[in-house]
Parts: sequence; C-alpha cells; structure tokens
Amino acid sequence: MEVFQSHRKSSSNNVIVSILPFYRSAPPLEVRLEDFEFFAMDRLRVLKGISDGLCRGKKPEEMEKLVVDLWKANMRHPQAVEEVNKDIISHFVLRLVYCRTEELRKWFLSMETTLFRHRFRLESSEAQRALMSEFKLPYKAVSNAEFESVKDKLGQVARSMGQNLAAADAIFYKVPFEEVPDLVSGRRVFIHKGHAYVAMNQVVSLVVTQFRSYISKALILTNRKWTSTIREQEKDRLTPIVEALCTSYLGPDYSQPQEFGEISIKDIDQVAKTSFPLCMRHLFEKVKEDHHLKHGGRMQLGLFLKGVGLKLDDALAFWKAEFAPKVSAERFDKEYAYNIRHNYGREGKRTDYTPYSCQKIISVTPGIGDHHGCPYRHFSEENLRAALVRMGLSSRAVEDVMDKVHNRHYQLACTLTFEAVHGSSCDAGINHPNQYFIDSQRVLQSKNGSVA
Amino acid sequence: MTKEQADNGRDDMVIDGPGQANAVPDEFNANYLRIYYGKLFPHADMFKWMSYGNDGKHPGCDKSYFGRREFSFTLENDIYIRFQSFNSVTELENSIKEKCPFKIDIGPVYSVDPAKRHAYAQSGDNVFTPVERELVFDIDISDYDDVRYCCTGADVCLECWPLMTIAIKVIDTSLRDDFGFNHILWVYSGRRGVHCWVCDGKARRLTNEQRAAIADYFYVYKGNENSHKKISLPGLVLYPFLARSYTEVLKGFFEAKLLPNQNLLASEERYEKILEMIPDASVASELRRRWQENKRASMSKDDINIVRWEQLKSILQSGKQKMQGLRRCVEEIVFSYTYPRLDMEVSKHMNHLLKAPFCVHPKTGRVCVPIDPNNCDEFDPTTVPTLSQLLEELNRGGPRQDAENEWDRTSLGESVTIFRTSFLQPLLKSCKEEIENSYNAKLQQSKNALSWSHVSLKVLLNRTETDLSISSTHSSETLYEVVLMYTY
Repeated sequence: MEVFQSHRKSSSNNVIVSILPFYRSAPPLEVRLEDFEFFAMDRLRVLKGISDGLCRGKKPEEMEKLVVDLWKANMRHPQAVEEVNKDIISHFVLRLVYCRTEELRKWFLSMETTLFRHRFRLESSEAQRALMSEFKLPYKAVSNAEFESVKDKLGQVARSMGQNLAAADAIFYKVPFEEVPDLVSGRRVFIHKGHAYVAMNQVVSLVVTQFRSYISKALILTNRKWTSTIREQEKDRLTPIVEALCTSYLGPDYSQPQEFGEISIKDIDQVAKTSFPLCMRHLFEKVKEDHHLKHGGRMQLGLFLKGVGLKLDDALAFWKAEFAPKVSAERFDKEYAYNIRHNYGREGKRTDYTPYSCQKIISVTPGIGDHHGCPYRHFSEENLRAALVRMGLSSRAVEDVMDKVHNRHYQLACTLTFEAVHGSSCDAGINHPNQYFIDSQRVLQSKNGSVA
Repeated sequence: MTKEQADNGRDDMVIDGPGQANAVPDEFNANYLRIYYGKLFPHADMFKWMSYGNDGKHPGCDKSYFGRREFSFTLENDIYIRFQSFNSVTELENSIKEKCPFKIDIGPVYSVDPAKRHAYAQSGDNVFTPVERELVFDIDISDYDDVRYCCTGADVCLECWPLMTIAIKVIDTSLRDDFGFNHILWVYSGRRGVHCWVCDGKARRLTNEQRAAIADYFYVYKGNENSHKKISLPGLVLYPFLARSYTEVLKGFFEAKLLPNQNLLASEERYEKILEMIPDASVASELRRRWQENKRASMSKDDINIVRWEQLKSILQSGKQKMQGLRRCVEEIVFSYTYPRLDMEVSKHMNHLLKAPFCVHPKTGRVCVPIDPNNCDEFDPTTVPTLSQLLEELNRGGPRQDAENEWDRTSLGESVTIFRTSFLQPLLKSCKEEIENSYNAKLQQSKNALSWSHVSLKVLLNRTETDLSISSTHSSETLYEVVLMYTY
C-alpha cells in the first residue's frame, strides 16, 4: 500500500528519514471498516492520555515521556509503513469526529498540537529540517562558516536571556525576521540585515504554530464537508461510528473484577466507608436510609458493586435485605430480582453489563427522588460541601475541591477528594468509580497490609 | 525688509498682517500658506514618493496605487477631513492649493480608493482595509522632560536637542543593520521632535503584528511618573542592539554632553534622582554622604558632574559588588536618561495617520524638513526655515525665473536636495527594480501553471476510477470527496 507523502528520502542514502506526518491530505488508502474504528480509538487513547497529563499540570519533560509511552502502547506497529498508515488514518477519522462543534475542535486541536510538538522534538534534526521544508517555512540552516562568524553575537543573545550557548545549540536557522515577531519583540533572537537567527528550541515553537494553524483551518473545512455531504452519505456506515467515538470511554471496563476477587456482604459496609467514591457512598447511604432506590440508582450502584466483586447471589441478598422494610420478599423476587439478574447477564440477551464510567455518570440527568449521577456535578454547593466534610475532608481540601467543581472539572474534584481521604496522590486521575475503589484498596492495603 | 522692497513689482504680494510693520511678520496664516503651497511645497516630489514607482511607465505598474492612498487635511478652523485621495499629481496639487490645509497627514494605502469605501462596506467582507503603509516612528522631546532642565514642554534648545540626535542614531542604525531596511526618511516635526518613515517594500507590507514586534524590540524605557526604575536590564550581558547603542552612542553622549550640560549630579535635587535608581541602599548612602560633604567647590578644575559620575561608576563597577541588581546599574542609569522614548501607538497600527514632510508647523512656522541621519549632529532646529523667512527669501529673489524650482532660491532648496538625493532617488530606483522583478516573476509563474494543469488532466484521463483520489489531493477542500474506500 503506498503511503502518500509520509516518507522522506534523505538525499544521501535513500533511507526513510522521518515518519512524522503532518496530515496535509487524506491518503488514497483502502481501510477496513473495523480498522476505521479501532485505529481511531487507539489514537483517542493517546489524545486523552495527553489531555489528562495536561490537566494534571505535568512539566514538559514529563509530558514528553508520557507521549512516548502512550504512543508506544497504542500506536506502535513493527512495520513502519503500517504504523504510519495507522497514524494518518486515525488522525483523519478523528478529524471527522472532532470537527463537529467548536468545543470538540478546540480540544482536538490542542491535543494534536501537543502530540505533534513532542513528536517533532524527538525527531532527528535532519528529519526536522525536512519537515520544515515541507511546511514551506523559509528557514535555512546556518552553515558552519556563517555560524562561526555570528557565534559571538548568538552567545551574547543567549546570555542576555540568562542562558548559555551550549555546544548542542550549534544548530541555528536563518529566517526573515517577519516570520518570528514574538522572538523579535522579546529580543530573544539575534537579527542582522533582516534575518533572524533562530535556535533549535525556538524553531519547534514556530513549526508547531504552523501545524496548529493548518489543522485549525482543516477542521473548519472538514466540518463543512461533514455537514453538507458526508454525514448523510455515510449514515449507515461511518456516521454511527463517528458519532459514538467521541463519547466512548476507553479505560478498563471493570466488568471482570480481578484483584480483590470477591467481596461478601459483610465486607460492604466497611469498604463503603473507606473505598467508595462519593457517588456510590451517597447511593449506598441512601439505600440504607430509605430502604429503596429508584431505577437509575439501582443500576449505577448495582453495577458498581458487581465490578467491586459482589457475586450475584450476594447481590440479591443485599438488595433484598436493604429493601425489606418496604418491599416484601415475594414482591422483591417479582419486581427487582429479575433486573439484578439481568445486570449480571443471566437473563434476556445475556449481555454482561459493564459498570458505568465517570463520563457516563456525569452525563445523566437525575430527576426528582433520584440519587444517582455525579455529586460533584449534580449536588447543590451546600449539599456537596456537607458531603465532603462527612467524608473527612479539611476545610482547605473542601475549598480546593469546590474550586474544581466551579470550573466544571468534576473528575478532578473527585481525584482531589481521593487524595485528601487517602493522603496519597492519584496521578492517573479518576475516570471510573471502580478505579477509585481499586486504587483505594491498594493504598489501604499497602498501609495496613490487609484488604479493607 | 521694507514694504517698498517687498512691493517690488510682484503681483502675489505678501499681505501684511493687521497692525504689523513692513517686514514679513514672523507668523503663520492662510495667506502665507497659500503662497507656500503655490510656490514652494514640493508637490511633484511628494507624488513621486507616494507612487513608489507606479508611474505607469512599466507594464508591471499598478496604476491604482497612488489613488488608494489616504491623505487627510486639517483646515483653518480645525476642520478635519479624512479619506482624501487623488489620482494624479495635478489632482493632489490642486486640492492642496485650493484647500490650503494647515496640516496634511498621510495615511495608508487601502485595498480600494478611499473615496469609494462606502460602496465596499456594504458587502460585509471588510474589503476596505489598509494594505500598505510605511513603518513610522514618532519621537517627541517633551517625553524627556524629566531629564532635561533647560526647557520644558514644547520648547527646544541646542542643549537638549541632542537627545533627538542620539535617538535618530540609535534607531536608524538598528533599522539598517538589524532589520535590513534601507529607505529611511527622518523628518523634523516642526517643533519638538522627529518622525521616521521607513519606506522599503518589506516595511510597507508589514502587518500590525510585525510592526508591534519591531516597536517592542525598541521598547526599553518603560517609564511614567510613578516608577523609580524605568529601565531594567537583566541578563548577564546586554542584548547586541542595546550593547551597540550603549558603546557607540549613549555612553559617550551621556558622559560628555548630557551630564555636564544638564548638571545632572551638581545639586541634591538632581543627584537624588540618580541615586534613586541604585537598588543597593548602602551604595546610594555612601555616595550621598560623599557628595554632601563635597557640596562646596572642590579643588579640582574638573566639572563636578564628571567627577561624581566617576565616583559612582567606580563603586558600582568595582569587583566587590556582588548584588545581582548592581551589575548593569551604570548602563541602566545611562539608558534611562538617553535611550530613545518612542510613541509606541504610532508605530503599531497601519492606519495611524502621520504628518507629511514639508508641512509648516502652525505654532512655530517652521517647515518639517528632512534630516540626513548621516549628518544629524549638524541639524539645528533653531535655524530651520520658517514660513515668513521663506517668503522673504522669495521676495528678495527678484523677477520670477522659471516657475519650477523656486525653492532653490530659498533655504528650502537645501532640504529638497537632501530629500531627493539621500532618499527619493535611491528609493525610486529600488522600486523600479522591484516592479520589474515582480512582473517577470509573475510571467514565469503563469507559464508554469499552464504546464502543470496539463499534467493533472492527463492523470485524470489515464487512470481508473479508484485512482481518481490522487487528483483531489491537491486541494484540501476536496479532501473528503473521495476520502477512504472500504472493502466492507
């Protein structure tokens, strides 16, 4: 399969110099429908990982490592050609997915730009030069002779910024000063006769800016095409895939409880206090208090408990016991047991339902009498503060959490709660209630040497 | 000059102002101005400049260029009219002579004739927009009032004018050496400052963002009355442009001229301003102590300012000073007194209007004459020709010779010559070259385009349907016509 424009042959030895594409045009490739979806999901994991890293305020060196790891885990292929194809195809599919609203475009643009920036930095300088010429950036590498003649001035500029001209920085590019207004205005480059001498690390910013601007325009065009023709044309084939992709949760689905295998009823009360996230604690407390939960709550809590390791029989016993003051055993068997068995895949079409992810829980709209949903989103400020205090958070921690809530970072709020409750950091962030549970158990086990 | 002499057989008499004596009174009025615009103002030169070579003689000329330039006139009663445009030198000249503006401003070249701007505003796509404009700078000596004690406000004398001279040197050198510009016109603003017009094609086509970048590059003096420290030069060494300005212009001027002429260290009030800039209080106190003791005349014959400056330098620059902030303190002091203080807003926007050269300043009567940057040390604002002086000179000249080049008979002749030889002629030569090159390049391009489209057509015809996608990859807009093809 021929790949368009992604291989650059170095003039000296016909070796493929770079495999970093910048997605100038959709490739004339044949792609299997399932690859269409799976490639995109793999790339989406990379982008979401980047998003997470940025949210957590990771430093540039950390981000670089993160990008490498994410790419390796999701996008690598032993054959370079296949890897490039997947790279390009997944990018273009995600363009379709993320072109459709301003918010989606902004997110995609930001993540792809970050991804590109770090991948570009990791390329060899030869590859970087090749990329720059493809971008039609009028940058010329400064020859050794010329470098020697301006070395003093370059050093002077570096020292005026409190830096040093290391030997590694001997790579400079010459470019018309009009191209780098930011660097000129800050007196961060040496300029002479209208040319700016741009250091390698400064060049990266410029290339990335070009990339960003290009992708930004492309997304707008893609959106136009999508709305005018593609969506309709592909409504039976690609459109459903595209529309589902941006909301999909991509982490482990916790349908097969692993580490902590089984949990019996007598354990639940204990672990609820120590290891349940706020949403499940609330539901749990409510079911104990009201001896009832409406359907949404039963689903959310019930599936969570399944993921935690509660076996079907124990689950039935649990719910039956909790509902007993209000629901007779016979009525329970008639009206509720079926649904619980259904959740465990023992009825109907036997789908083994997976516990809800944060994304899903946040997106629901609890009605009157409902207690499911995400407290960070759905609780009033007053109630949320009270709940956090009941979980044992200090007033400072409560403020930090509320700050995240006000900015609508509900999962970050939950993460901060986790960290405050357990006194340890949660680098990965909370994306799934069962993940909260597992992480919590891990922390407690390492502290006490026991489970729960 | 007596009225009789002035009356010597000429029709276009200078009319004496009410209650004046016989000489041409030294004042500014519409009648004088009318004569000035009739005989002295260099309309043709202004036209040639503003045309930038688009005089219609070369097929590559843009005949609409001059007509898209905005001029604005300030008329006698402060009436201000914008968006004046002209299609020929005659139109320009006639309008000026007829309206007799007290001030002429030059604006940008727009995408369409400013007179027609309303027609284009309707379409909503904002097609009436500046497309070219010189890079301009405006330096005003009243911005230096805190460092000159000889004059304030609008006054200028030979003691403080050199602040403008060094500003010209610093900026001019940088525009040429750093930015590579060549066609730079410096003009006396008529009263208390200078204007700079950078006219290279590259400069005229700069975006607002790029102009702002250049202005920021020059921005070093960040002062207002509230800040003590208006210049901050961090870093281990000075940036090359700043270092060069310091060693080649500012240091010498400060130490030899400004310091003694303005007595910057002679009195307590004045030296306190400098001591305030020293971040180390103990050093400042030490100097203060020494200078208070030495208040009475010292034994040395040397100027007290220079003596004290040497003391200050030797303390601040001695190896003993470890404190970070002291490293560049001496330079910071020099910079804060002498570094050019630009009006940033003037430079940053394409649509900023700036007074035209060869206007007459209403308050001083002086003509806004060009200043040759290579000889700017010689420029004396107090001897710049005034309107009445020029009219006197005209009258003295005797019977009219040829109607053109009347300025040669007056002091204005020198200025027009400078304008032509050091600025206009080299500029026009370069413009012609640019027009020719651009024209030839376009010719070549259209030749190439023809052959290119042949190739793609062939490709289309020869290939099968599955390969049609190749043709669509040339334009990203057609990306999704045939994006991906599937086997399921």
